[in-house]
Amino acid sequence: MKILVCITHVPDTTSKISFTDNNTKFNSNGVQYIIGPYDDYALARAVELKEQSGGSVTLLNVGGSETEPTLRKGLAIGADEAIRVNAEPTDAFFVAKQIAAVVKEGSYDLVLMGRESIDYNGGQVHGMVGELLNMPSVSPVMQLDLEGDTAKVAREIEGGKEYLELKLPLIAGCQEPIAEWKIPNMRGIMTARQKPLKVQEAVSDETMTSTLRYELPPPKSGVTLFQPDQIKELVDALKNEAKIL
Amino acid sequence: MPILVFIESAEGAVKKSSAEAVSYASAMAAQMGEKEIIAIALGNEVPEESLANLGKHGATKVLQVSDERLNQGVIQACAAVLHQAMEKTGSDILVLAKSSLGDPVAARVAIKQQAALASNIVALPNLDEGFVVKRSIYTGKAFTYVKLNANKKILAVKKNAVDLKEDGNPVTVETFEAVLSDADFNVKITKVEKAEGEVLLPEADIVVSGGRGMKGPENWGMLEDLAKVLGAATGCSKPVSDMGWRPHHEHVGQTGIKVSPTLYIAVGISGAIQHLAGVNSSKYIVVINQDPEAPFFKAADYGVVGNAFDIVPKLTEAIKASKN
Ligand SMILES: Cc1cc2nc3c(=O)[nH]c(=O)nc-3n(C[C@H](O)[C@H](O)[C@H](O)COP(=O)(O)OP(=O)(O)OC[C@H]3O[C@@H](n4cnc5c(N)ncnc54)[C@H](O)[C@@H]3O)c2cc1C
Repeated sequence: MKILVCITHVPDTTSKISFTDNNTKFNSNGVQYIIGPYDDYALARAVELKEQSGGSVTLLNVGGSETEPTLRKGLAIGADEAIRVNAEPTDAFFVAKQIAAVVKEGSYDLVLMGRESIDYNGGQVHGMVGELLNMPSVSPVMQLDLEGDTAKVAREIEGGKEYLELKLPLIAGCQEPIAEWKIPNMRGIMTARQKPLKVQEAVSDETMTSTLRYELPPPKSGVTLFQPDQIKELVDALKNEAKIL
Repeated sequence: MPILVFIESAEGAVKKSSAEAVSYASAMAAQMGEKEIIAIALGNEVPEESLANLGKHGATKVLQVSDERLNQGVIQACAAVLHQAMEKTGSDILVLAKSSLGDPVAARVAIKQQAALASNIVALPNLDEGFVVKRSIYTGKAFTYVKLNANKKILAVKKNAVDLKEDGNPVTVETFEAVLSDADFNVKITKVEKAEGEVLLPEADIVVSGGRGMKGPENWGMLEDLAKVLGAATGCSKPVSDMGWRPHHEHVGQTGIKVSPTLYIAVGISGAIQHLAGVNSSKYIVVINQDPEAPFFKAADYGVVGNAFDIVPKLTEAIKASKN
């Protein structure tokens, strides 16, 4: 079983988001980077599957050299090797092309990634990779078990879950509770330094979109507080100011 | 050239988010001087009359692919049909609602059509400097303006991006024949577990959400009562779904469902940054929390400092009274 886990290198979920250069660049000043939380679930499940039935887990990130500490963290969590495609991840199509090339080259049986990145929030890459390789893709996946070459999957739908069976190879966009996040232990951190991290160049530079500029939402104007005995006044405000009820 | 809109359904009815997608396409068509808005529905579960009513939201024609196999949302099969429909109708823009089916389907159609795809769109496009859309990024903490550079475009629209149009007239429903192979259905759906008769969280105009301050699942009755008088969906914080007090599909936030309702009522939720990430595009936020220092008050429009167990039933009664 060869598993590929695609991870993003994204600002920590507590980061304050701001932009520089006339709102055309993300301000990374003071920002801590992490493995995307959804990707972290995917990685945790990949490591569990390897522990259950053997095989290997390869990590993949499309990004500059600054993402290597994030890849090392993934190796410390239990992946065996890592690949970095040395390019700016400019849009979903560009990233999907790079991933598809790696999947083809390495003949992976299972490709796991997060349902979406927490910076771009596109939720597109898994579907695009699936289509580029003519493989099934499923997302968002909350449960994934393997029986021979069949995957049994639970996918979240609005208001519930859908249970699916499909043949490998396949691409899955993952979310909780597929597995619990794993925290690297000391041994993991030590061995991660020796594990192979291969850098390769992009296979194409095609994109479909370009980012022009960023914008922050307007600040909230402040809260209007009501006392516990003023609930009628709250309802009036919702009715007359917010015009909701 | 016509604009195609993908229609999703739930429990045999057109989803509200899809009606919004039609409204979006209609407003965009007006901007572009286009005349034709073709809505396409997959499967045979939605009655013809409901489909005809898509005209009210701005569709000029409705196509239905009455293949029973499409009643369940098989991602690849849906993508195959939409690809064929774009080809046959000559549409160069596909509009759909951002959803658990819409997103993965859009991604596959984008590759088939060599189209530029943008999701999480929050406003109508700007056509002054090419085709530029505004999308929500960093989980609701920021926006970006993205230019779509391909001739064909796919737009996945977030809830509340445009007002629902309701002043159109019913239109005719025609059959669309799609060519589907077994390979398009190489995924077997073995079981579906779905809450019935509930307002779906991502679709809801009002959400009533509870956190750890609710103390236990046995206390959700009062939130459900409040949701009922409001016609709202219920949501929860992550620890609440982690502890199994509520099902996972109600989990709101950074790692759960992102909602953008008109009103979000948060009860006994502290307002951690990861929770706020999922709710910060709500139009109005009401917070009920006993701790005046709870961070959620900073993100709220209205707040009540006090015990939820005392305030929620009072609020339910006051809303009931105001409706009479
Ligand atoms: C990577 C990551 C992702 C995360 N993703 C999410 C996510 O998607 N969604 C999410 O919700 N969290 C998420 N979290 C967790 C988040 O950080 C918080 O721990 C969580 O939101 C807290 O939930 P809570 O507000 O219900 O509980 P608490 O923080 O325990 O707050 C309970 C609140 O209830 C109030 N309270 C208690 N009793 C009463 C009463 N009787 N009446 C009124 N108020 C009362 C208290 O004052 C308190 O403010 C994430 C964390 C990480 C690290």
